[in-house]
Amino acid sequence: MKRFADLLELLALTPSRTRKIEALKRYFAEVPDPDRGIALAVLTSEMDIRNVKPALLRDTVLAEVDETLFRLSYDYVGDLGETIALIWPHKAEGELPGLSALVDLLNHTSKAELPKVIGGLLSQAAIHERWALVKLATGALRIGVSARLAKTALAEMSGAELQEIEEVWHGLRPPYANLFAWLEGKAGRPDIDNAARFHPLMLSNPIEDKDFEKLDPRDFSAEWKWDGIRVQLVMGKQGVSMFSRTGDEISGSFPDVVESVMGRAVLDGELLVGHDFEARSFNDLQQRLNRKVAQGKQMQELPAFVRVYDMLFDGEEDIRVLGWEGRRGRLEAWFARNPQTRLDLSEVLPFDGWEDLGRLRRQGADEHGHEGVMIKLRTAPYVPGRPKGFWFKWKRDPNVVDAVLMYAQRGHGKRSSYYSDYTFGVWKGNEIVPIGKAYFGFTDEELKQLDKWIRANTTGSFGPVREVKKELVFEVAFDSAQKSGRHKSGVALRFPRINRIRWDKPAQEAARLEDMDAFVGAT
Amino acid sequence: MPVIDRNLYVPALDAWIDPSEPKARAIITHGHADHARSGHGAVLATPDTIEIMKVRYGEDCAGRFEALDFHEPLTMDGATITFFPAGHILGSAQVLVEAEGQRVVVTGDYKRLRDRTAQPYEPVACDLLVTEATFGLPVFQHPDPRDEIARLLKSVAAQPERSHLIGCYALGKAQRVIALLRDAGWDRPIYLHGAMIRLCELYQSLGVEIGELLPATGMGKAEMMGQIVIAPPSAIRDRWSRRFPDPVVCQASGWMSVKQRARQALVELPLVISDHCDWGELNVSILESGAETVWVTHGREDALVYWCKQQGLNAEPLALPGLDDDGGEGGE
Repeated sequence: MKRFADLLELLALTPSRTRKIEALKRYFAEVPDPDRGIALAVLTSEMDIRNVKPALLRDTVLAEVDETLFRLSYDYVGDLGETIALIWPHKAEGELPGLSALVDLLNHTSKAELPKVIGGLLSQAAIHERWALVKLATGALRIGVSARLAKTALAEMSGAELQEIEEVWHGLRPPYANLFAWLEGKAGRPDIDNAARFHPLMLSNPIEDKDFEKLDPRDFSAEWKWDGIRVQLVMGKQGVSMFSRTGDEISGSFPDVVESVMGRAVLDGELLVGHDFEARSFNDLQQRLNRKVAQGKQMQELPAFVRVYDMLFDGEEDIRVLGWEGRRGRLEAWFARNPQTRLDLSEVLPFDGWEDLGRLRRQGADEHGHEGVMIKLRTAPYVPGRPKGFWFKWKRDPNVVDAVLMYAQRGHGKRSSYYSDYTFGVWKGNEIVPIGKAYFGFTDEELKQLDKWIRANTTGSFGPVREVKKELVFEVAFDSAQKSGRHKSGVALRFPRINRIRWDKPAQEAARLEDMDAFVGAT
Repeated sequence: MPVIDRNLYVPALDAWIDPSEPKARAIITHGHADHARSGHGAVLATPDTIEIMKVRYGEDCAGRFEALDFHEPLTMDGATITFFPAGHILGSAQVLVEAEGQRVVVTGDYKRLRDRTAQPYEPVACDLLVTEATFGLPVFQHPDPRDEIARLLKSVAAQPERSHLIGCYALGKAQRVIALLRDAGWDRPIYLHGAMIRLCELYQSLGVEIGELLPATGMGKAEMMGQIVIAPPSAIRDRWSRRFPDPVVCQASGWMSVKQRARQALVELPLVISDHCDWGELNVSILESGAETVWVTHGREDALVYWCKQQGLNAEPLALPGLDDDGGEGGE
């Protein structure tokens, strides 16, 4: 347990991603089964200790600590788990059991006995261990480590591709002994039901102007680039699951889709919301995404559907080796056999040369708010990752606005000594109101200049944030603008980034809030 | 007339203890800026505290200095003042005021853990105790500082290509951390930010052994690999830190026990080393003093007042002007 507590602390406090991965690799290489597998499950949020809830921990502590003192402490610390870990009277009565023994104990203790057992464990633990113990028991890590980071460490440790690990991941269960055996070369790759799990997605590359002259338009097909989220539908013998592009299962948020699809396949498509397959804005979709469990009212107002554009498995047959045309044919035939209410086919756009497609792209963006077009090589197989030359995205040109820098905040990690996160705004009458925040789009050299400018022009500071003279203009690029009640300006930008720093431009010439209306209307 | 009022004014002497504004007569518990300010007419303090004030604010930062050693009662105008060691930093004192048959102790800032850079704390019996409460919540249970230094040295050994930058207040904490490092066997030079140098030199001239210290500025990146640097907390994340090879940002403070706080402050290696009592030590000190009345100041008063009342004591919070509630240890 001490080892795991040390690991969690390092992961929580080290800003460097590389160092986090190094620490994970060392841990997985040195700690034996089954403890390392339990740690992996905790880090990837696959561990659920069902009976231990924050309220139970709180009651356990209140048997030991005065309630008023606990409340005052909680007000100060702000995090229930950490308050519990810090306030438990320090005893360090002995050694905690190992990680898997600990999880076993918590899982096999009756609800009535749990407070006593947890109290005993907290008394055995050293201070750092109490913190880790509470995190483990409640499953709420909040230390800034993603499942992907843990898997990346496994890949680097073993020399396997991250891809390969992702492929088997959803068929595995803690403590992952078969996974570690495979990664260490002691056993073959775990054998799991191929058609019933997540398969890593094929991604596209942005197309650049110079690419077009090398590409023959007749070799490619085109579709709209939809402004939703990429999903994979796995419709197997055991049921239907929906995964996000990183392999997180999101079925629980979208029962309306998952429960109504028919047939067996693994499909790739875009999750959207709207009635009768009329896609609404990304903002509307976001309301559904923010819910772990779907609400009835929302499902009625914002029904979800998936616009399908590819097929990986037809029934149980892996068709990823076929070219796009072959797969498209199988997909259309499958749709004909399996009538759907929440799936439809992404339309293939007929076009006559690149210039014609460019015209379509602009029209689609202006009239329907499409993000642009996708261009796919007709002969390309379905290859996970981002293979070159197969799929291209041709995004509509970004919108730009001249905005004034208002606040700057220190960055993280390598950038922690620089003011690198910027809040900017536009004129509303005589004041400037914020419309967004961005922390990339500039070079390291520009960052240095900005940092210097900010330090020389600070008018106030609030912890890590500085307010600056309203004098520096940024040309901010963004994908779209939406109305938002959360911002004082009433406008929110999607995917804003600093396009150019306009050292030359006076702040008076920056945009006005009225100017934003044109962008809001466009999507 | 009470021996002392709620602004820590002693009427019999017409003097104020640690006043936040210039006064004709001031009694100063220790040299931190939220206790010792410049511009008083006459200052009564321990010899070490007077030296510290002169180094920080200049030789003429008060009209007149009067030095009083620990344990030497000084009687004037119907009241007797005696200083007892508070264990907080070099020269830090608790002030015992005796008048009209009453004993009042103002602790100033204090700690009970061993620290060879400060005269060790002694409990003083009294009727009214005015105690600080910087760490006056039961979540504060300070670990043994030697364990914290061991964690630091382990990190230094494991990452020989990086320098470790320890954020410390310049007065007290810096010298204590250096002394702890020496006692743990770290005998290489320790590098100092410019703001640390004068006070470290003062400690050395007052007889505190802290080994070889060198200025950190002007060193090449390669030379600083594997070295330990002491700097003010504001410098370790700022431009100044860019001169070091891939620095590990450390901070030595009692606040560092709260990991969310350490994370927000971008501290990679928090060192829980405090120059104040933790919750348990505050409790013990109050009970040991035998005081029937406790005034609580400097920090999280509510919880400690509540606890005192549970023990059957009279207790109330003092809201002293000019004290920053959350600025960190000693307001430094």
